[in-house]
Amino acid sequence: MRRVLPPVIVGILALILWELFVTLGRVAPFILPAPSAIGAQIAEQRRNIGEAALASGANALIGLIGGTLVAVLAALAASRFLVLGEVSIPFAAVLNALPIIALAPILNNMFESTSSVPRRLVTGIVVFFPVFLNLLRGLREVDPVHQELMRTYAASGWTFARKVRLPGALPHFFTGLRQASSLAVIAAVVAEYFGGLQDGLGARITSAAAFTAYPRAWAFVAGACLLGLAFYLATLLLERLAMPWKQRLTS
Amino acid sequence: MTAVVVDNVTKVFNRGRSDEVPALTDVNLTVGDGEFVSLIGPSGCGKSTLLRLIADLIEPTSGTVTVAGRPASQARREQEYGIAFQQAGLFEWRTVRRNVELPLELRGVSKAERRAKAEEMLELVGLADFAGHYPGQLSGGMQQRVAIARALAVQPPLLLMDEPFGALDEMTRERLQSELLGICAKTGTSTVFVTHSIAEAVFLSGRVVVMSARPGRITASIEVELPSRDEAGRQAPAYFEKITEVRQALRS
Amino acid sequence: MIAGLAVAALLWEGYKAAGDPEGTVLFGVRVLPRADDLSMPHLWTIGRRLADPEMTGGRPVWLVVLQACLFTLGITAAGFAAGTVIGLVLAAAMQRFRIVERGLLPYVVLSQTVPLVALAPLIAGWGGTLMPPWATVSVIAAYLAFFPVAVGMLRGLQSPSAGGVELMRSYAAGWWRTLVKLRFPAALPYLFPALRLAGAAAVVGAVVGEISTGTRGGIGRLIIEYSREATSDPAKVYTAMLGAALLGLLVAGAVSLLELPLMRHRRHVEVATL
Repeated sequence: MRRVLPPVIVGILALILWELFVTLGRVAPFILPAPSAIGAQIAEQRRNIGEAALASGANALIGLIGGTLVAVLAALAASRFLVLGEVSIPFAAVLNALPIIALAPILNNMFESTSSVPRRLVTGIVVFFPVFLNLLRGLREVDPVHQELMRTYAASGWTFARKVRLPGALPHFFTGLRQASSLAVIAAVVAEYFGGLQDGLGARITSAAAFTAYPRAWAFVAGACLLGLAFYLATLLLERLAMPWKQRLTS
Repeated sequence: MTAVVVDNVTKVFNRGRSDEVPALTDVNLTVGDGEFVSLIGPSGCGKSTLLRLIADLIEPTSGTVTVAGRPASQARREQEYGIAFQQAGLFEWRTVRRNVELPLELRGVSKAERRAKAEEMLELVGLADFAGHYPGQLSGGMQQRVAIARALAVQPPLLLMDEPFGALDEMTRERLQSELLGICAKTGTSTVFVTHSIAEAVFLSGRVVVMSARPGRITASIEVELPSRDEAGRQAPAYFEKITEVRQALRS
Repeated sequence: MIAGLAVAALLWEGYKAAGDPEGTVLFGVRVLPRADDLSMPHLWTIGRRLADPEMTGGRPVWLVVLQACLFTLGITAAGFAAGTVIGLVLAAAMQRFRIVERGLLPYVVLSQTVPLVALAPLIAGWGGTLMPPWATVSVIAAYLAFFPVAVGMLRGLQSPSAGGVELMRSYAAGWWRTLVKLRFPAALPYLFPALRLAGAAAVVGAVVGEISTGTRGGIGRLIIEYSREATSDPAKVYTAMLGAALLGLLVAGAVSLLELPLMRHRRHVEVATL
């Protein structure tokens, strides 16, 4: 209770203040609509929000899974062949600082703009970097005591990788995946701002804003937030299942 | 047969480079079967290096190391020894039992046998009730006991220990020392034990090997004969005499 | 680095040479991109396009792209600075008052997991009334930049050991002096990785912000404009992409420069913001 109560109180207070600020201050809806107006729109548009969230969610999920798979394979290769790792880490770190999302219009040209592939591809590329960088760091970091111990057991390279390197890198992998899962949703939603097929949350937000239906646009933003939250919580759950030893620690 | 023979061993790190460090010079050491030998000395005297040479974790620059009548590298591959370090070095993702099972697993021991053996070892170190726990749930002393159980799991004729109790508090340390002696007596294991505590070396060992730094070499070898290895032993005049003797050897 | 670029260039041209110009379609889905000149122009075409004028008789493209970069860089910098200040103040407040941390931190962490950049088209409405249009883009950039700073800085401020805090207490140092003498220096290794994340986030915020607010003159806008011309002038959009990459590098480089004098002889720590 002590952990849950303060954020809940803050949340309710913020909503009340927001409502009062908008209604008493007569703030125009294009500046900031009232939470009650947004709530009403959420209720009214729940079917549309659900459909758009499903489309964006599918894009995010496919991009997340694809990007993660490629990143895992790349990280395994880069940890196996040291030269590859030395070259790829600074390269990936630099690429990660670039606005990758801006690739969307190019991908729309390379594929047809009526397909879902460009959005999923952008999502996959965005997802790749945090997973690759974190997992590779985990794979390269081995406790020196474990290293010596496995040598005293005369363990082969493959046994060492399976029993020490891979499980040891799991926490790093999930750090990357947590970041990636939020980025996936963001990328899948925002990629629609750059054109291409318009059936997800991003397109709904822009079209509602274009029709100056601001409460409706905010309602779709709320849908996007819920989608992001769902992805994040799913990743947390997966992490708990994959690493029972961490969970028992905190309990 | 002797458990360990270190013959005229010299170890130089970074040989031929500007940061060359002579770690050990002309070291000779023999550990008999069932003997408990402690290596003691100031930091930088090469006592851990000597232990790692015996374990074949590093190779000597010159000289030979023989373990159980075989070259050290062969002895390592045949798992002639168990080892424990200052850090327990447990695998946090394995339960206590599966940590102890690991060396058996790597030897291809069957699952049922592995489990029985691990439980026997945990019984020995008094942690049978914690077999299903993860290392993160145990105290430092308990983790160290698991590491010792793991080192003993393959029933090695030789036990190598590098300051295994170094990070523990004095009370836990004394209790584990007594447990270790009991285990060694029961299993007849030969032991090489690195420490920087004079009292620990004297209480545990049949022989204390004193080393000095720059260059690392053996300066004295002191036989220890105590009336008993228990609480009474810790208060015996012979115990304090030996402590004084080791301290003087370290100073000279 | 150079080798990596060379490999990427080879892959690009290699795929162009080997790939199907119409792309590879499997089960009705195009799984490999088109390799024709319209979708994937030759690298040298892009290079030449940079030197050519934007429109007949206009300024060369590289100049237009560079100017757009600088325009967006200004917006990013304003957003980054504002976001950093807000993040630092928030972190200090959360460190000082436990109740603030308990009430706010869940939201700060949560806000990282949800696509708040989706708000961008809505903040566009502020332009022209509350503030000049370019400032709305800065608001979006600041919004994205402040989260990593707040979380990273809070971690850093909380990083000194109990021993260090007690030592300051024994010197009768108050909260402010403890902050300046102990907590802030201890937080630096946490702050800089957070600033790098914030820099990258601010760039994304500025580019996305320009697109959704329709702000003219920046690189984000240029990408959209040029991509509309892709059918007639395919190389043009790539020049804008290069500009966006340059912007990302500029910001990352600037943040690293900030770090250099302060972080010499300091340990580096891993920072994950989630």
